[in-house]
Amino acid sequence: MAAALVDNKSQPHIVIDVKGAVKKYGEGAASIYALAGVDLQIAAGEYVAIMGPSGSGKSTLMNIMGALDNMTAGSYFLDGIEVSSMDENALSVVRGRKIGFIFQSFNLIPRTTALANVELPLAYQGIKSAERKKRALAALKVVGLEDRVTHEPTELSGGQQQRVAVARALATRPALLLADEPTGALDSKSTEDLLDLFDQINHAGRTVVVITHEADVAARAKRVLRMKDGKIISDTLNPARMVSA
Amino acid sequence: MNIFEIIRFALRGLTINRLRTFLTTLGIMIGVSSVIILTAVGNGSSKAVQDSLDRLGTNSIQVRSGNLGFGPRAQAVSNNTTPLTILDAVALNDPKQVPSVKQSAPVANANSTCVNGSSTSTPSTFSGTWPAYFEASNTKVAKGNYFSTDDVDQGRRLAVIGTTTATELFGTDNPINQVIRCSGIPFTVIGVTEVKGSTGFQDGDSLFIAPITAVENSITGYQPLSSIIVEAKSSKLTDQAQAEIQTVLDARHRVKSSTSRDYRLFNQASLLATSSSSSKVFTVLLAAVAGISLLVGGIGITNIMLVTVIERTREIGIRKAIGAPKGVILSQFLIEATILSLVGGALGVVAGFIGSHFTIVGVKPVIMPSSVFLAFGVSVLIGLFFGSYPASRAASLRPIEALRHE
Ligand SMILES: Nc1ncnc2c1ncn2[C@@H]1O[C@H](COP(=O)(O)OP(=O)(O)OP(=O)(O)O)[C@@H](O)[C@H]1O
Ligand SMILES: [Mg+2]
Repeated sequence: MAAALVDNKSQPHIVIDVKGAVKKYGEGAASIYALAGVDLQIAAGEYVAIMGPSGSGKSTLMNIMGALDNMTAGSYFLDGIEVSSMDENALSVVRGRKIGFIFQSFNLIPRTTALANVELPLAYQGIKSAERKKRALAALKVVGLEDRVTHEPTELSGGQQQRVAVARALATRPALLLADEPTGALDSKSTEDLLDLFDQINHAGRTVVVITHEADVAARAKRVLRMKDGKIISDTLNPARMVSA
Repeated sequence: MNIFEIIRFALRGLTINRLRTFLTTLGIMIGVSSVIILTAVGNGSSKAVQDSLDRLGTNSIQVRSGNLGFGPRAQAVSNNTTPLTILDAVALNDPKQVPSVKQSAPVANANSTCVNGSSTSTPSTFSGTWPAYFEASNTKVAKGNYFSTDDVDQGRRLAVIGTTTATELFGTDNPINQVIRCSGIPFTVIGVTEVKGSTGFQDGDSLFIAPITAVENSITGYQPLSSIIVEAKSSKLTDQAQAEIQTVLDARHRVKSSTSRDYRLFNQASLLATSSSSSKVFTVLLAAVAGISLLVGGIGITNIMLVTVIERTREIGIRKAIGAPKGVILSQFLIEATILSLVGGALGVVAGFIGSHFTIVGVKPVIMPSSVFLAFGVSVLIGLFFGSYPASRAASLRPIEALRHE
């Protein structure tokens, strides 16, 4: 992160560098190209929104950027290192420390309290119990769930679960935040709060990538990508937001 | 992440999935305990047979009149038999001639019905003998006394009776010092023997033993002996004692070849060998049943473990996605499986020990230590394998693959 800020002056430091990404599901006639050749570069400190119709490959691309999935062809450099060359340990470090990932379907650990869910990535980083509890509570407070910390996922509404997932992604203070429709289950007030939060995070120099179907969510980003049929069909800067940056 | 943290994760995993934890533990427990109990029943029944034979005395050898077999040739030989006499018994007490023999007693059997008031009893064994008989036949007096050599010399009409005979004649009354009439002759009861139990052929407690002189004087008259009972110095010496007896008796009876002997030897050790080999078959049969129950228990454990794999695979996907190192995930699941297996196995051993305290279908189970180790070992290994193998497979998947697992 520090390196990213230094690089900013001359040439922007490229965090995400996807080249010719292809993701194919199935074989022969039944095969589907979820990604049909995607090239994408995202620099440190950018705030990117990805839009596009359902099934256009947004989540597929995001999963690859989050080092959670592999691709059929192409290459992906994360902070200059090719992800397919990383071993299990390097991958777990990247997933745990560098990236905060918010899933479209929350993916909380069942029958486990909100607090324990948020503490989990911190625990895997070896952070001591007291410290991680403090940080997890702080993250839950940020998403407005300080009164729900002992609730399990089934005892929370969809929006609340989504906010637990956001808190879990934020608790590790990742340099790169990847959010797959983080506002999908939120009302307009909560959406506003979350977007303010993303603004703050981005102001602190972190890179934010958000998938969304909502125009007003995309309007907060500095750069908007549109996808269709596994390809990026447009890549525009948001002039209104560029000024504020 | 340190190991204590991982253990805490594992314990939390177990308490979170209570039903799975319970069912898995139960499966292992049933598998282990049923193996222990079933083999204990088999072992117990074979021990029971052995014990009842032990009670008859494994050191004792019986000498009976007659030759080795039946049929025409046997008949021909038996025509010129020399009967067993008191002198034979005396010779079999001579340490110079029979050094491996501890003691011998002549036995004169009779069929007699004893009467006490209106109660009658016909002991299946009604014998006149010497005091040595008691030790040689492993017959112990529980209440009252034995008769003595002096009683034999004086021909006193005293009797030691078995519990069945005592009950038939006296009910719950104390038989000691009571007088009973056997074939009309009065005998004073001086002792009641310990319960011997049934040997399968005969009630060992339907018993009347008196000084041989008294029986011969008043009931049988002076006839050849029915048998001589010989006690070897130890069960290891029975074969040697048998050879010595043959040497002495062959000389006394002028036996020319081993095929023309006019007496026969029986020893409990050989009887024991046949009976314990048949009860071994029983144990093997039960071990097979136990093996099957171990298999069924194992399949149960496997089943429960595999059913939860889908759920756990998703969970592993989530954990990996948020940065869990593969080693930590594996350790957690391995510890979970270890705890489940060990606790289930230990409970199974406890249940096996408790269950083996009860008499099952008339058999008092006796636990075989090997079955405990086998059952515990196998169940724990199954639990460990099926608890950790699917987890290790899931941990090798990419997070998204694991999350999509169905
Ligand atoms: N595991 C899979 N097997 C087969 N096809 C898949 C699989 N995962 C995704 N696809 C297909 O890949 C395409 C892209 O899916 P993706 O989830 O990336 O869409 P998306 O743009 O995120 O859609 P949405 O907005 O509905 O979330 C879809 O056509 C989908 O059916
Ligand atoms: Mg999607």
